[in-house]
Amino acid sequence: MSDWPLLSLVIFVPLVGALFILMIRGDDAIVARNAKFVALWTTLGNFVLSIPLWVGFDNQTADFQFVEQYNWLSENITYHVGIDGISMLFIILSTFLLPICILASWNSIQTRVKEYMVAFLIMEATMVGVFSALDFVLFYIFFEGGLIPMFLIIGVWGGANRIYATFKFFLYTLAGSVLMLLAIMAMFFEAGTTDIPTLIAHGFDPSLQKWLWLAFLASFAVKVPMWPVHTWLPDAHVEAPTAGSVILAAVLLKMGAYGFLRFSIPMLPDATVFFTPLIFTLSVIAVIYASLVALMQEDIKKLVAYSSVAHMGFVTIGIFTFNQQGIEGGIFQMLSHGLISGALFLCVGVVYDRLHTREIARYGGIVHRMPRYATFFLVFTLANVGLPGTTGFVGEFLVLVGVFQVNTWVAVLATTGIILSAGYALWLYRRVIFGVLEKADLKSLKDLEAREVVILAPLLAAVIFFGVYPQPLLDVMHVSVENLISQHQVALEGARSLFLAGR
Amino acid sequence: MMFVLLVFLPGLAALIVGLFGRVLGDRPSQLITSIAVTLSAIFAVIGFFQITGSDEVVRIQILQWISSGGLDFSWAILVDPLTAVMFVVVTVVAALVHWYSIGYMSHDPHKPRFMAYLSLFTFAMLMLVSADNFVQLFFGWEGVGLASYLLIGFWFKKPAANAAAIKAFVVNRIGDFGFALGIMAIFLVFKSVDYATVFEKAPEVAGTSIGFLWMELDTLTIITFLLFVGAMGKSAQIFLHTWLPDAMEGPTPVSALIHAATMVTAGVFLVVRASPLFELAPITLGIVTVVGAITALFAGTVALAQNDIKRVIAYSTCSQLGYMFFAAGLSAYSVAIFHLFTHAFFKALLFLGAGSVIHAMSDEQDMRKMGGLFILMPLTGTMMWIGSISLAGVGISGVFGFSGFYSKDLILEVAWASHATGANFAYWVGLTVALLTALYSGRLLFMTFHGKARADQSVMAHAHEAPLSMNIPNMVLTVGAIFAGIFAVHAFTETEGFWGNAIFMLDSSVHVLEEAHHLPFGIKMLPVFAGLIGLLLAWYFYIKRPELPPRIAEANKPVYQFLLNKWYFDEIYEALLVRPAKFLGYTLWRVGDGRIIDGFGPDGFAAMVMGLARRSAGLQSGYLYHYAFAMMIGVAVLVSWFLFFG
Repeated sequence: MSDWPLLSLVIFVPLVGALFILMIRGDDAIVARNAKFVALWTTLGNFVLSIPLWVGFDNQTADFQFVEQYNWLSENITYHVGIDGISMLFIILSTFLLPICILASWNSIQTRVKEYMVAFLIMEATMVGVFSALDFVLFYIFFEGGLIPMFLIIGVWGGANRIYATFKFFLYTLAGSVLMLLAIMAMFFEAGTTDIPTLIAHGFDPSLQKWLWLAFLASFAVKVPMWPVHTWLPDAHVEAPTAGSVILAAVLLKMGAYGFLRFSIPMLPDATVFFTPLIFTLSVIAVIYASLVALMQEDIKKLVAYSSVAHMGFVTIGIFTFNQQGIEGGIFQMLSHGLISGALFLCVGVVYDRLHTREIARYGGIVHRMPRYATFFLVFTLANVGLPGTTGFVGEFLVLVGVFQVNTWVAVLATTGIILSAGYALWLYRRVIFGVLEKADLKSLKDLEAREVVILAPLLAAVIFFGVYPQPLLDVMHVSVENLISQHQVALEGARSLFLAGR
Repeated sequence: MMFVLLVFLPGLAALIVGLFGRVLGDRPSQLITSIAVTLSAIFAVIGFFQITGSDEVVRIQILQWISSGGLDFSWAILVDPLTAVMFVVVTVVAALVHWYSIGYMSHDPHKPRFMAYLSLFTFAMLMLVSADNFVQLFFGWEGVGLASYLLIGFWFKKPAANAAAIKAFVVNRIGDFGFALGIMAIFLVFKSVDYATVFEKAPEVAGTSIGFLWMELDTLTIITFLLFVGAMGKSAQIFLHTWLPDAMEGPTPVSALIHAATMVTAGVFLVVRASPLFELAPITLGIVTVVGAITALFAGTVALAQNDIKRVIAYSTCSQLGYMFFAAGLSAYSVAIFHLFTHAFFKALLFLGAGSVIHAMSDEQDMRKMGGLFILMPLTGTMMWIGSISLAGVGISGVFGFSGFYSKDLILEVAWASHATGANFAYWVGLTVALLTALYSGRLLFMTFHGKARADQSVMAHAHEAPLSMNIPNMVLTVGAIFAGIFAVHAFTETEGFWGNAIFMLDSSVHVLEEAHHLPFGIKMLPVFAGLIGLLLAWYFYIKRPELPPRIAEANKPVYQFLLNKWYFDEIYEALLVRPAKFLGYTLWRVGDGRIIDGFGPDGFAAMVMGLARRSAGLQSGYLYHYAFAMMIGVAVLVSWFLFFG
């Protein structure tokens, strides 16, 4: 088993599935049905296939594992994939969520089902690719390639204002990725390769580092999204179909923060230290600003989107603390946010499918008709608020413990987020779920059907299990994060001693 | 094993009933939860005698929770004398409230859900008191907050209940903000969050300082201050008290269990639990004393003017919590826990008694519409009298007193004997509040049970003594309200070694506590006189001359309004915090995101591109002479360029 190209299989199996779906011919209804089943089985199979990545993962080493390398564009630009303790769990997260997304779209997507499923499968391939690429060009292709299906998902199957949302999403990401491409080229000319492990060991000139770092920032900050380049996210979420929102929130947003971890910090240590105050400032603004804005939203999805911005603020704070708790907290928060925000968007989707509105004021009192739904929604809301015993707490707590050791200002300001999040999340819950059931069209609501329970239950189980016992996730990260920190320190010291020797 | 069962049985019951309550039906749900909690109570009593008075500490590790770098802590159960006492308080009151609820909620359609929440609360509270590290304490802390949120908002059709539930959670979160920062600071300083390590290292840390924001502060002072902010939130101390009166929107058994006997005392528990830190931070202790005293006074005055029977008791709780805090602030931790212990009995009794009254009066809570109920409900009336007398602290030093007498007197005696910051202030405030306590308690009793019946005929016709299922728990509590003090006073506050190593006191603090026990008889009886005067005043105003209070209120309208409106805290917060936050949120959204970021970002960019396109489209006019003219200009520019620079 171990000599199988397991990682490549996980990347490319979805593409094979997509090919199958493309070949389906015949009557519309039959095509739709078959496409759905092929997509479901492909993604489920891929999830099963990805489990050995976790089971066979060696927690004791910081080296890349499941490595495959083949010559590709040249000897220096290769097809090089592999995973470490930072990236592995994101692959599992992606493969875990995909079948859920397919199931969530089961009834709500009625037009062009075939194309929709193809888009999702391609997206899965690119997501896994992003987290396993060990060559910068390969990374770039997956990173940008994944946007195309997302544009289509929003632009074709989205809501009324979908074109505006797509164009906004496109403008932001394009501006960022052009600069990143330039940076990759500059790195290639400087180091002669785009191989990521080689680039990490290369040691760039500190003055060049700053420019490269800013170019990366442009791309990653949009993805996270950090304040002030976050405004595409609420629109994209609002217009995207439910499953699109899930993938967007749960996985695509993680790519930015992952980029910081994989590239900015290890490759450009001096610039990273130089710009850390900037990141802290932007992140703290994101936490407070987005939470306040979330408080006033009238659209459920927008509210959840702004809460995502706030929570991702915690992630970027954690990553730039350079201590074990902070970085592990940041990564954990990403995984946790992936589960929780994904679940929240699914919850929104459940009522949207029934009433076709996201306006908070149109709801109220639906606990009377949907008690099971109310329970699920409550648990996810509380996890979003960071209640201990859920994953939301573990991530936030570790980040805050980490940052308190570095900068108490940031810690104090970020901690206000826990007050505000309680405010907007519970207020949303109250307006949607509690109260008297007055509106006529709410009176005939049906509670969760079996399919919806199957979608939400695994997420609920994960959120609580890893909230009570997060060790299986944290154990995977320990060594890689330690290595990242020590590398970072060594690089800094190296640069300093070089600097002193130069004098 | 017993302790594991003690803690987890209620949790298990909550889980079973919460998930399958509708399948199980009402009666099995009620029985499962009530029996589980009762078993816990039995274990707690056994554990009490096993653990207190010895140095034996039981520590059971259940599961590693978080380990990251140097940060490492577990889910564990730690039972030392302090925990054992809290176990008894929590489980006994919880068990009684569970049984009481079967009767009280008999007309409610959502019985299983209610019982599941109650058990969930009990579980979280037990996790809180049995933690062996600050983070598990925080878990319990937030868990009881969640249960409180769910139970306050139990009647989710009522907008007021929903609002109160959110308010409770969010205001508590403001406290938690401090608490969480305190835990972070603890880890930064001690490299651990386990009690054992932290408390052991505390003396080494005393006197050092750390940078916090722009300040350089004494390490233990800032840590304990942050923890105390958390305690203020949970225990409804002044500034963070506003949620507690509103929490009375919940069903009355909830008020008795959560908002009187157990959860709100968690803040006191935290201070006592962290006594090895607080004891070495005299500045914080001073703050604790003063905040406690001011809260006692504030809440005592507000209680005088409230008309809702539950709100009077709620403010009374707030006020009594103030007593506990200033006892802790004066380093008399054991006395604070002692008052917590006795208070749990008589205050739960008062709430459940009030619940019986409300139940009998067809859900009427306004005391102005009661009166003369004693004849109809003699048993409840008697028990309420006992609870109130206990609360007012009636007794004769050295002979016998009701529970509240022992604990409250002791607090005041400590304040008299102590020379710590704020002790003098606390003493005089405490004495005044003793009078106020008796006055509002008497007012409650006379307005409810005596004098003229002011309710409608139809309501009075239905008024009846509570059923046995409600009265039996009350009787048990009555026994506690009478005898808990005399039973525990010696053990809790005089016996050396009762607390094992759970409470840390400097020698000077121990000395003060000893001194407090040996004050002259006159000093010891002073609070009792204050209490008797208060009761007499209440009798005079509400029975003898019932026309007087309205006249006094009329004559001192500003004062009365000030008290009636609870010192205007809610209004001030609304104006200073809530509305600005909403305004800011709206502005940042519309102006920040909308006009500025989008305006200059994507929308502005798009508009610019569109504008340029339109203009360049305008250039292509189709007229030959336009193009010729443009070419001419181009040629001219090129030629000049070459002439000058070429």
